[in-house]
Formats: sequence, C-alpha cells, structure tokens
Amino acid sequence: MGFWDYVSNRHQQLLTDALQHASAVVQCMVIATVLGVVIGVVTYPSGWAAGLAITSTSSILTIPSLAMIGLLIPLVGLGVAPTVVTLTLYGLLPIVRNSIVGLRGVDPSLVDAAKGIGMSRIARLLRVELPLAWPPILTGIRVSTQMLMGIAAIAAYASGPGLGNEIFRGIASLGSANAINQVLAGTLGIVVLALLFDAVYVLIGRLTIPRGIRV
Amino acid sequence: MSERTESEPGSAAASGASIQLENLTKRYPGNPSPSVDSVSMEIKAGETVIFVGPSGCGKSTTLKMINRLIEPTSGRIRINDEDVTDIDPVKLRRKVGYAIQSSGLFPHMTVAENIALVPKMVGWSKAKVKDRVEEMLDLVGLDPREFHGRYPRQLSGGQQQRVGVARALAADPPVLLMDEPFGAVDPITRDHLQDELIRLQHELHKTIVFVTHDFDEAIKLGDRIAVLRERSHIAQFDTPEAILTNPADDFVSGFVGAGAALKRLNLTRVRDVEMAEFPTVTVDDPLQSIFNKLRSGPHNELLMLDRRNRPYKWLRRGDLMRAKGSLARAGQLVHDTVTRDATLHDALEAVLIDSGGRVAVTGRRGEYIGVVDMETLMNSVHELLEADRLAAIEHQHDLEELRHHQTEQELEGGAEES
Repeated sequence: MGFWDYVSNRHQQLLTDALQHASAVVQCMVIATVLGVVIGVVTYPSGWAAGLAITSTSSILTIPSLAMIGLLIPLVGLGVAPTVVTLTLYGLLPIVRNSIVGLRGVDPSLVDAAKGIGMSRIARLLRVELPLAWPPILTGIRVSTQMLMGIAAIAAYASGPGLGNEIFRGIASLGSANAINQVLAGTLGIVVLALLFDAVYVLIGRLTIPRGIRV
Repeated sequence: MSERTESEPGSAAASGASIQLENLTKRYPGNPSPSVDSVSMEIKAGETVIFVGPSGCGKSTTLKMINRLIEPTSGRIRINDEDVTDIDPVKLRRKVGYAIQSSGLFPHMTVAENIALVPKMVGWSKAKVKDRVEEMLDLVGLDPREFHGRYPRQLSGGQQQRVGVARALAADPPVLLMDEPFGAVDPITRDHLQDELIRLQHELHKTIVFVTHDFDEAIKLGDRIAVLRERSHIAQFDTPEAILTNPADDFVSGFVGAGAALKRLNLTRVRDVEMAEFPTVTVDDPLQSIFNKLRSGPHNELLMLDRRNRPYKWLRRGDLMRAKGSLARAGQLVHDTVTRDATLHDALEAVLIDSGGRVAVTGRRGEYIGVVDMETLMNSVHELLEADRLAAIEHQHDLEELRHHQTEQELEGGAEES
C-alpha cells in the first residue's frame, strides 16, 4: 500500500490523533504561559530570583523527555496526567526566560513616568510593563509551542493521546507492510500541525501587539 | 526655620498650590554623606521655581522627593499646608503633574490614551475625559483631530514633549514637576517649547518646579531660581534679575557665567521698553506725499507699510530717485521683524544683523507697532541695570534690617526669660 492510500484509508484515525495532539499542546501551553508569566513577573525584580527561575527551568529541559515521562508514571499514573505535567514543565523555560528579559527590557524612564503620574504597582504591571514586554513573551510562547509539538509525540509512550501513537505503532511493527507509512504519517502530521500553529501565532501577534510598538 | 506655615494671601485665587520643604534629607545606604542635605524652601502658589545646578548636585533627587518617587530619609513636605510626607504616594502623585526628559510617553498607547490616563485613574466620566483630551491637545498647540489617534513614535521630539506636558496637566493638578523636560530636543524646538510653557503658565498659574542644568533656560522660565550646589545646598534662591546682578557668592557667579548683562536682556520684553519714533507711510499713499515726508522730516529714512499695516519696505532719501520714481523698485524689503513679546536679546540680535541698525516691531497679526534701534536699546539696558542695582541694594538693606530686627527680638526674649 502506498503512503497516500494509507493516509486516505486511515484519515479518520489520523485526524482524531492530530486533533488530540493539538489540543494537548494547546492546553499545556495555556498552563505553561500562565505559570511562566507569573514566575517571570514575580522573579524579574530581583537578580537572584530571576537567575534561579531560569536555571531551574533550563535544568528541567535537560532531562530526556522519555525519562521524564517514565519517572512520572509511578507518581501520576498512565495516560493524560504524565503528558500534561511533562509538556507544561518543558514549555516553561522559553516563556519564563523571555518574560524576565522582556520585563527587564522595559525602559526604566517609562516605569518612572508611570509611577510619577500615580499608577499603582498593579496598574503599572498590567498597563505598562506587560504590554511593552509582550512581543518577547509571545516569541517565547511560540518557541515553546514548536518544542512541545515534537515532545508531545513521546506522550504515547505513557498511553497518552496524539500522533505519537502512530509513530510508536510503526516502530513497534517495523518490517510489516504499513510500519514506515505509520511513522511517516505521524511525523508529517506533527510538522503540518507545527506550521499551522506558527501561522496562528503570526495572527495572534498582529492582533495583540499594540500598533505603537509593532516593528 | 521650621515655622514656615503661614499661608500666602491670594493663594486661593491662584490655581496653584504652595509647597513647603522642611529639612528634606536623603541618605542612601552605604554613602556616608547625604545626597540631599536638609533642604528647606518655600514655593508660593502659582510660582515657577527653577532648580539649577551642576550635574549630580541632587536637584533631580530633591524634585523627586516632592512627589515621593524618592522617599525622603527625613524632613517634611507640605502642599497647600497639608503634610503629604506620609500619605499614600499614589494618591499624592495624582495631584502632582510630572513631566520628564524625552517625554516618557507610553509607546503602546495613542496620544489620546496617554493623556487620558490620569483623568481615568481619578475616576472622571468617559465623556469628560474625552473632552479633556481634546482640550489639552488644543492647549499645547496640537490639532486634536490630527494627533488624537497617533502613536508617540509617529511624533517629532517636540510634539512628544508637548503631549508629555498635556498628560502631566490632564487631571488639572495644582502642582507640576518637570525634570529636565526639554533636555533631549534640539535648540530651536527647545526655544519654542519654552515659549509655549511661558504662555501656558500665563493661562494656568500652576505651581511649577522645574529642574535644569541650563542657566539660560532657568532665566527664561523662572519666577525664582534656586541655584544649588552639591548635596542640594541652596547657594542662592532669588529672582533671575537679582541673581544676575547680585550673585550671592563665587559659586553662583561662576554658574551664571560670563555675560550677565547680555543674559539680563533675556528678562525684558520689547513691549516693556520705549520705542523710537519713526515716520511711516503706506503703499497707497500718493508718491508726492511720500516725497514730501522724506524731504521735510528729520529722518532720512521711513518705513512703508502694506495694505494690512504690516512693515513692507525701508525707504531712504535717495532710493526713490535711483528707482526713477517707481515705488515698486525703490527701497529695501523688510526681512526681519520682532514681536512685542520678543526679548531684548532677540531684538538686539536683529538690530545687529540689520544693515540699517533698526528693526520693526510687530503685533500679533504682524501689524506695525514701532521700531527699535541701537540707541533705544542702549538706553533701556542702562535704565534696567541701574534699576536692578538699586533693587539689589534695597534688598540687601531689607535683609540687614530683618537680621537686625531678629537679633533685637532675641535679645529682648533673652531679657524676659532671665
């Protein structure tokens, strides 16, 4: 059976897997973004706290993803839970780092002006600092998403959802008729999803970055 | 020194508020000597006070302590006799306008959003905020329709600075603090902005505290100037005239720099001096009467005005002959005029450049008012300097009398106690 025959035969299954893959990544990204920005906001004023946040999130990233999921199974069981935890942890680093860099990069004279005209700490953060730091934060989110697309495939190892199942099935049955087709379908599916997401981020950037600071 | 709370008569009518600084001190940890050492100062409602001094003398720090962007280590700040040293700084800053160098506009907000910030924070209604934004843009000389929706990066430096001032004044604060606001714009724009600020202050009567290191800017803008030396010690706090003609010590005279008499010219406007008599004709006058005027008068020159009464040409005695009686070719076009609001410095400049050594003075719509020449300028400068000298002597006399009076009182007090 050729590759395209395989795809058209299994398109139902492939579509379901792709949707689950995408939805897992999106949900984990939402959690990682909220967590990452909060960690950035809390730690950026002090040098050592920011350093600690960046170092600890980057050391998480050095743990092999397969090992991470394997280690989580005894703690949280099989299926969705280890997937979500792993993806969220891996997604943190670019967001935390870019939040800190972005917030630190806000012109101090603007923060001074915001204080000087009587904005409270919260108002300063929400109306001045975060909007100005948003472009680098969004870049962090984008990089994170690309990374998670690939890592999410590993989730199938712990019976998680997504296109990884396709790849794992193919690898497990190497030598059989459809093995290569399965691996290929899963991989290409992930690539296509990643490209689609990137396009969505360009659109989000257009819509959310204020016109006055768009490059 | 700390009893300085008597309220100014007439302060109720002014829209500014008085400011009292009492022994204001700022110490930074790890630095044995304070950055600002016990500054006491009284600023009247509606007055423009300039802090001027060398870099690092603590003038900016002192300014920032007024709205408590920098918390004073000790000392008191009173605005309109209300002690604001311990109130919520956010609340305090909403009552005190703040404009800084390079405008401090938020680049992600439009001009209108920037200006609307403070009025919105203090809870004005939407309609009122909207009207106010238009009003403020108008006030600083920007067309509301054109600039309303623009972003700061689409404005020139001077326009940004105007919007910065509009934002600072938007919620109608009685006090305006300006921290080298015109430091980052080119000299020509700076000059315009200074003129604008003078005009604004004429309308609004805010209490303005303005920091600069440019003494000429201080002279131009200030009702009173505080010359500060290191640690914000006040070397002299007086009117520009008094500082120019009677600097308190070597530090101040060093800071005033050379050419105090020339700088003095910046303090007087053309409208305050007497103008020279000068014969005028209009373009519609018959040729014969122009001839007669030239021949009969003591002047060998006259000024021709156009139909809207604006200076048009200088006509000398021989000009008409040489042009063979044609008015269109005769004479010399008027290149440069000064307005009544120009400083004597500007007028002198124009007179020096002009080949005939005189310059026409015009009113608001360019209409002719008079002529200033070297002689009138010299006379007025001599009068001014003489008046300044007398005032300075009187001032000193007053001070001595006051001191004398105080010592007497102290002596009496001591006598009563014993």
